[in-house]
Parts: sequence; C-alpha cells; structure tokens
Amino acid sequence: MISTVLTARGLGKQYHRRWALSDCTLDIPAGQVVGLVGPNGAGKTTLLHLATGLLQPTAGTIKVLGGQPANSPAQLARVGFVAQDTPTYSRLTVADHLRLGAHLNPRWDAVLARDRIDRLDLDQRQVAGKLSGGQRAQLALTLAIAKKPELLILDEPVASLDPLARRELLQGLMEAVADQGLSVLLSSHLVADLERVCDYLIVLVASRVQIAGEVEQLLATHHLLTGPRRDPNNLPADQQVISASSTDRQTTLTVRTKVPIHDPAWTVSPIGLEDLVLAYMRRSVGAGRKPALEVLR
Amino acid sequence: MIWLTWRQFRASTFVAAGALAAIAVIFAITGPQLVHLYDTTVATCQAHHDCQTAANAFTSHDSFLQNMISFVMQVVPALIGAFWGAPLIARELEAGTHRLAWTQSVTRGRWLAVELGLTGLASMAAAGLLSLMVTWWSRPFDRISHNALDPGVFGERGIVPVGYAAFAFALGVTAGLLVRRTLPAMVGTIAVFAGVEVAFALRLRAHLIAPLRVATALNVRQISQMSISAPGNHLSVSVTPRMPGAWIYSSQVTTANGSANLGSAPPACIQHAGIQACQAAISRMHLRQLVVYQPASRYWAFQWYETAIFISLALALAGLCFWWTRQRVS
Amino acid sequence: MIEFHLDARSGVAPYLQLIHQVRQALRLGLLREGDQLPTVKDVVGRLAINPNTVLKAYRELEYEGLVSARPGIGTFVTRTLSDNSLAALEPLRRELQRWLGKARRTGLDDESIEALFLNTFRSGTDEGEEIA
Repeated sequence: MISTVLTARGLGKQYHRRWALSDCTLDIPAGQVVGLVGPNGAGKTTLLHLATGLLQPTAGTIKVLGGQPANSPAQLARVGFVAQDTPTYSRLTVADHLRLGAHLNPRWDAVLARDRIDRLDLDQRQVAGKLSGGQRAQLALTLAIAKKPELLILDEPVASLDPLARRELLQGLMEAVADQGLSVLLSSHLVADLERVCDYLIVLVASRVQIAGEVEQLLATHHLLTGPRRDPNNLPADQQVISASSTDRQTTLTVRTKVPIHDPAWTVSPIGLEDLVLAYMRRSVGAGRKPALEVLR
Repeated sequence: MIWLTWRQFRASTFVAAGALAAIAVIFAITGPQLVHLYDTTVATCQAHHDCQTAANAFTSHDSFLQNMISFVMQVVPALIGAFWGAPLIARELEAGTHRLAWTQSVTRGRWLAVELGLTGLASMAAAGLLSLMVTWWSRPFDRISHNALDPGVFGERGIVPVGYAAFAFALGVTAGLLVRRTLPAMVGTIAVFAGVEVAFALRLRAHLIAPLRVATALNVRQISQMSISAPGNHLSVSVTPRMPGAWIYSSQVTTANGSANLGSAPPACIQHAGIQACQAAISRMHLRQLVVYQPASRYWAFQWYETAIFISLALALAGLCFWWTRQRVS
Repeated sequence: MIEFHLDARSGVAPYLQLIHQVRQALRLGLLREGDQLPTVKDVVGRLAINPNTVLKAYRELEYEGLVSARPGIGTFVTRTLSDNSLAALEPLRRELQRWLGKARRTGLDDESIEALFLNTFRSGTDEGEEIA
C-alpha cells in the first residue's frame, strides 16, 4: 500500500528565463483529497503537468505513486487526469469518448462509465462540442474515474462552471472518492471551492510552496491576533508571523505557532481557511521570497 | 489505439476513397476508349505513312483530362502532407486534447507510432493506388512521347509518388509538432515540400546516377540549329539527338579532336548554295556529337532510388518527431 | 432515512454538524433503533463534502455508542438518545402550539416571539431548578 501519492524534492521547471516552479518539496499522503491553491500563474498547472508526465522537470525529482510519471502504461493507468478547460474531442460523440476510454485503458469499467453517463442524462450520440461546459466537465471526469486510477488529478475543474454545474461536479467527484477510495489532487485559485472537499492543502504562490499540511492541522496552528499597535518583529521566536497589518492604534497579525499564546495583550481568534491562504499570498507578494517549505503532519 | 486513429481519420478516409473511386470511374470510361483509338490509329500508322499526324492527333485527345491528371499528380502529395500530416499533432496541441490522449494508459511513444504508422501507410497506399491508375491510363500517351524520364513527367508515374506522399506526410506531422498550429503548419508543409520536390527534380535527380557520355559522328539530319556569326564566319551547330526515352543532359557538337571551337563555316554554307550543299560540306568536316544522357533503361533505377531517398527522409522526420515528443510537450 | 444538510457559513466544523443532526434526529424520534444511516457515498454525493468528514462523524457517533458500523452493509443506530417516546412529547408540542397562537394574537411578530423565547429560555436555564 503506497502511503504517499506524490513525492517531490527540489522540483523546479524553467521556461526560457522564468522559473514556473521553484524548489518544490512535497510529501502528499494517500487517501486524501488534496487541494492545491494559489493565484493564477503561481505554478499550479506546471506542478500538475509534472505529476502527470506532460512536462519534464528542469531541476529536482518527482515520484508519483512510487514511480516516474508517465513512464510506462502501468504507471499511466494508475493516474487519472482532467486538464484545465476539460479538453474533449469536439467532433467525437459521448459514446465515442467512452469507446476511447475502453480502448486505451486496460482497467476500464464500462458499467461504471455508462451508469454515470445515464445518471447525468447525457445523450450518448451528442458530439462533445455541443455539450455545455458542465456536461463536458462531467464527461471528462467520467473518463478519468472509469479508468479506475489510484490517484486522480484535476486542474481547476470547476473554474469555468456555473454554481450548479460546480456543485454537481464536486458531488460526482466525492462519490467516486467514497466508492473507489481514490486519492485526489485538485487545484483551484478559489479557496471556497476547496474548503468543502479538501482535507489537505498546499498553498502555491509565485512558483513556490508556501505551506502544506492537513487542513485541521493548519487551522489549529494558525491564529488571528488583534491587539494594540505593536511591532510584529517583537514576538517570541516560536510564533511565526505570516502577515501583519496595522492602523495607528491596532495591529492585526496572522500567526503560525504550535504552542498556546499567553500574552494577554492579544485577542486570539481562529482563522478561516480562506483568510489563512490570503495571509500567505500577501506574505509572498509583500516581503519578497521567503522560502517556507515546511510540511505539517 | 488503432480504433482511435481510425476514428479520427475516418472522414479523411472516406474523402480519399471517394476521390479515388471517382477517378477510377473516369479512367474506366475513358481508358479503354484511348487504348482502342491508339490501336486503330497510331499502332497502324506505319502502314499509312502518317505516324506524325496520327501521333499528334492522338496526343491532343482528352487534353483537358491529361492536364487535370497532371495537376492532380503534382498536388496530391502536398495535399496529403497538409491535410493528413500537419493536423495530426497540431490539432491535438491546439485543442489541448493531447492532455487527454497522453494521460490514458498508452505511452505517447505508442500513441505516435500508431498514429504515424497507420496514417502514413494510408497516405502511401492512396498515392500508390492513384499512381497505379494514372500510369495505366497514361500508357498510350507515354508510348508516343517517350518522356518518362522528363522532369515534368517522372514524378507523376510509377512509385515515386508513394515516396513523395510519405515524405510530405512526415514533413506535415513534423511541422505541426514544431509550430503547434494547424494552419501555419499546413502552409509551411506545402511550401517546404514544393521547394524540396522542385529542387530534386531540377538539380539533384541528375546526380543520382552518373550519366553516360557518348561521342558519335555528327548526324546532319539531327542538326536542330546552325548559325554563322560575324567575326570570321564562326560556325556553331546544335543538334537534337533522337534517343527515344532517354534523358539528355546536354548535347554538344565538337570537332574530330573534341574541341568545341568548330572554326569557320564551310564556303558552301556562307554562299547560300542550298541546304544540300551546306549539309554535304558539313559532313565533310567530320564533326562529332557528344551526348551526355541517361538511357531509358535506367528509368526504374531512378524510380527506386528516388523513392528510397524520400522514404528515408520520411523515416528521419518520423524519428525526429519521436525524439521531440519525448521532450514532454505540454 | 434522514437527509443531511450543511451550513457552510456557520463556522461549525462539518463533521460536528453531521453529528449534531444525527443526535437531533434521534431525539425527535426520526431515527430509531435499527435504522440505517445514509451511506457515506450517498451523503457525499448530495453534499459534495469529503468522505473522510462523514467517516469521522460516524466514527465519533460509534464511539459514543449511538451507532454501529457493519462492514459491507452500512451504519445502523444502536440506541436512541432520549427515553421520551414521540408520544410523550405530543402534549408538550400541542401546548407550544397553543402558546404560539396566543403570542401571535397579541400582535407579536416572528422576531419578537423568537427573542422572547430565547430570553426566557436562557434565563430560565439558570433558574431552571428553582422553577421546576
């Protein structure tokens, strides 16, 4: 039984002179729904393409399910992928896409695929180009799920969908996770999409991993501190300031710490996931590049 | 994988099959008529002593169709390259469907091998079938004109169209892979293929096999042009050797010693004493004609060499494609 | 079979919300001994939440002794929370309905009724023992 689905050490990808991904070190556990969140251009798609073997690293190493990405048909069969904008063959019908899956995947579950298509009310004779965005996304998801992979990777699967289609796609995805025991790695630039479904989060900003860990752990170790105006650099060493803002009277800090905060001057409140991510985004934009590659277990 | 290749190529197959069928029908109707006409007029022309007129009359038959066929044979390889080769990978990259195709359980090497292999073979088969039909239909005309090795005709008969199709196809696939956009790749394929084909026909083919050099006594009846130029009545003579089916690189009239300077014209020619007297005078000069040529018997050698070269180029391009896709085109 | 719902904005962890809803259903008699809880697959298929969340809630309920998981079959209720049967609650419900009718007839709107109730409920909890 593989315990990590993705292991990266110093992983980097360079295009001409720009590094799309730098110094990425990750150990993503199996059996979880992992969210990869970050602003557009942060390197999420690059990381996912490296994981699926569509790209080769410029630096560092990456191992998926213990093997090199896209190395062999067996390796390819264990990983399912839904790319951004859920590409489908616009002139092939839904039925043709299912046949494609059946012919190109040895573990293809035709019954599961047909059941999903029927439940989604997709007309098998409709060409994919005439489907709505949500229907195409469901078709792409069906192809990836019926392949019976161990790991399912999705690149911004709900970004261009309306709220109903978004909810329906996540419903279908979670059902498959419950049914097949899939591990999932999905990316989004919106935290709200991920909050419902992820139990592990990776924050990627400006080509670097800012923080990675179980959501529960992240929420337990990050706090919002408000109090009279103060210099944030004066805090104890075991309290790491992620982001700080001040008015003339008041300072608000987002702090990461493993120990309880005893200073009575501070009002300590829990922080929501979205605010946590925003704090890390602000930090990397404002104070230059601080390499924070710690992984919470 | 074979199913997917077929499914994506299905429409093109039908178009090609339809076109080939249409051509076959036209040939089936006109071909036997031409053969009959040939047998009754040209084949018997010796008895009627009208071979020249019979030949001319025959070759002007179905001239529109002849021109169409010639045009079709010239453009088909380029069309194959542009419409079957260029979109193969470019269309996937443009639509992003390569991210679907290359994340199933098939390695991209296998994906490329099947797509390239099947579609490439289909291209060669289509070109071969077309060439077979055209060569068969054109036989009466070719028997009269004996121009098989002519640059204009050589590429439209026999097996070289198969080589052209393979090369154009591989060129298209490579262009699509490098440019990543279908339309520019199509245009580029047509341009590069046309350039290579023309360069080969006009320059390179001549060097495939060393030509024969033959010097014979000048046959005054084969003189095509004679001129006497002012300083010292300098004589220059051009000759058109009659060698049916041969590919003549050059023909030159030289003196008995092999010199190109023929000296002064004989008095009989200067004084306008009449064609017969002039010809007789030139015969007495014992001039020679030096012909550099390829004999007709080498026709198939040229066909095989050129086909092999173009197929090798196609294989080299295919190898390039394999290597390039391994660089992880995302 | 009960149906779960999720309030994403309430600030309460999803798995706690599920536990709370199961307990509520047990109290109101909507779930009785031997009833099956919705399968994990059904819950996540409706709510689009992580299956681990549901598993955690069901595990917690099992730890409290309220449900028991039978592998391959489902999760079933093992005991109810309150000994009051639904029938015993009926008189209370009717009395509440009468009081609500009276409150409305005196002209109170819904917000005022709710405020009155909560106020009395909260202060009543402190003095509860004395009143009873």
